[in-house]
Amino acid sequence: MNTYLLSLGGGLLIGASAVMLLLLNGRIAGISGIVGRLAQGIGLTTNLAFVLGLLLGPIVYMLAFGGFPAVEITVGWPLIIVAGLMVGFGSRMGSGCTSGHGVLGLATLSRRSMAAVATFLTAGVVAVATLRGLGI
Amino acid sequence: MSRNVYQFAAALASGIVFGFGLSLSGMLNPARVQGFLDVFGAWDPSLAFVLAGAVIVAFVGVQAMKRMRRPVLGDRFHLPVNNRIDAPLLIGSALFGLGWGIGGFCPGPAVASLSIGLPQTALFVVAMMAGMTLHDRVWRNRS
Repeated sequence: MNTYLLSLGGGLLIGASAVMLLLLNGRIAGISGIVGRLAQGIGLTTNLAFVLGLLLGPIVYMLAFGGFPAVEITVGWPLIIVAGLMVGFGSRMGSGCTSGHGVLGLATLSRRSMAAVATFLTAGVVAVATLRGLGI
Repeated sequence: MSRNVYQFAAALASGIVFGFGLSLSGMLNPARVQGFLDVFGAWDPSLAFVLAGAVIVAFVGVQAMKRMRRPVLGDRFHLPVNNRIDAPLLIGSALFGLGWGIGGFCPGPAVASLSIGLPQTALFVVAMMAGMTLHDRVWRNRS
């Protein structure tokens, strides 16, 4: 199927998941918040349940389509560690990531989230342009 | 059954739909994410449709929330109260964005892709959780 349609379909499901968590449990489906709180032992049961579900998602995909989705990692382990540290520290400092600010923040028309999304998209573009410039 | 069991089931179901949606969307693939961010090179805009689709559905859900007094299984909606655009928001988001571009992973896809069993994604998630812990236990509590 067309990659644009698959991306749109995946996005609609991500939105549906966020709506489920919001209307049923009253919680924002922000992954950095959920994982961060889990690491601190806050709201252990529901945050653990969500992360378990997140892990089951690709397995359901594999059962439905007969293979895992593609994961092509383009950088070596030193940059993976640097990227992971920045994503973890930065998403907690900025109170959200692509899901919390990107999906729910934009859906609630939060100016704070709009500023966050504009900032992390710009930084992401700068990072990739720099990698490409360095030939990585 | 107690309400906690229903809340657990709701969070689990929501997580499965989220993880399946990520798998379908292409967001699990760092090469695709970097292609999306490569606006000055071989730009692949397809992942913009992930965000667009998710925001449209979430927007409808938020309108429904405004007509509800409380969530189906909870006492109140837990929404962010801070609406200030301050330095931690912008610096944190910039750090997050740089890391997202370098590795091609944001937190959701990184965690979901652990199921596929690649050592690099496990390394990324360990580093990410170290970064989160460093912020939440050390940086935020500095005097």
